Amino acid sequence: MDMIFNIKGNVLIAELFGELDHHAAGQVRTDIDQAMEAYGTANLVFDFSKITFMDSSGIGVILGRYRKLEPEGGKVAIASCSLTVRNILNMAGIFSIIDYFDTAEEAIAYLTGKEE
Amino acid sequence: MIMEKILKIQMDAVLENQGLARALAAAYVSEMDPTVDELTEIKTAVSEAFSNAVIHGYPGDMQGSVYMEFAVVSPANVMIKITDHGVGIEDIAKAMEPLFTTDTGDERSGMGFTVMESFTDRIKVDSRPGEGTTVTMIKKLDTYYDF
Ligand SMILES: Nc1ncnc2c1ncn2[C@@H]1O[C@H](COP(=O)(O)OP(=O)(O)OP(=O)(O)O)[C@@H](O)[C@H]1O
Ligand SMILES: [Mg+2]
Repeated sequence: MDMIFNIKGNVLIAELFGELDHHAAGQVRTDIDQAMEAYGTANLVFDFSKITFMDSSGIGVILGRYRKLEPEGGKVAIASCSLTVRNILNMAGIFSIIDYFDTAEEAIAYLTGKEE
Repeated sequence: MIMEKILKIQMDAVLENQGLARALAAAYVSEMDPTVDELTEIKTAVSEAFSNAVIHGYPGDMQGSVYMEFAVVSPANVMIKITDHGVGIEDIAKAMEPLFTTDTGDERSGMGFTVMESFTDRIKVDSRPGEGTTVTMIKKLDTYYDF
């Protein structure tokens, strides 16, 4: 699966392209963790606007990153999911611990604003 | 229950085949003129059952096959059966609970069965330790209009 990373201040934005399934999830996890490490960013935005398919593997990817960043005071936000993807994330109660935004811009504004 | 247009497929139990398993399900169901949402839900349910068969049915270096069976149940239901001949499940009810996982790492959410349940109309899991697992799902399609 293709990903594009962008950095805004202390926020890493991971834009995911295509199908996120259990097969793709392993690489996605490693790539995000390596990018967080390499750029030294504390906060993470998942931009799901270009995701065409996601199964429960996505829940694991998001929760795994959350559990890594949260103890160090880092924040995770999710942006721009399709209705089905939101439905799946909702089943796992993700939105009770992680904030959702309609666009990546709003998520970034929220996280960068929060730092100051 | 009268089943028609039966299609049986045998695939290697490797995660690389997960996308293909979804695509095959989509191709089969497309003939029944599903809505976009129904198609996504079926693809997702198949994706969950297939990955469970590969990851949990054949753990570690264990090799094997995943068997998929599709059938149309009149007038507009699709039945999908996904079978592995792997390690099987000790406690099926427990395995199907939301957030239950036997994964010891931090990366599996235990939501696969919950997703299958909410995206299909019926689900049945048959399993025996040492013999394998069959997940049978039935989805009713909203394509049959009875004016
Ligand atoms: N085909 C199978 N063979 C053996 N055990 C299985 C099989 N399918 C599921 N299980 C067991 O049931 C548990 C729950 O499965 P479920 O798909 O709900 O969650 P998961 O696979 O652990 O996590 P997720 O699907 O969210 O990544 C698994 O952890 C596994 O122990
Ligand atoms: Mg699973």
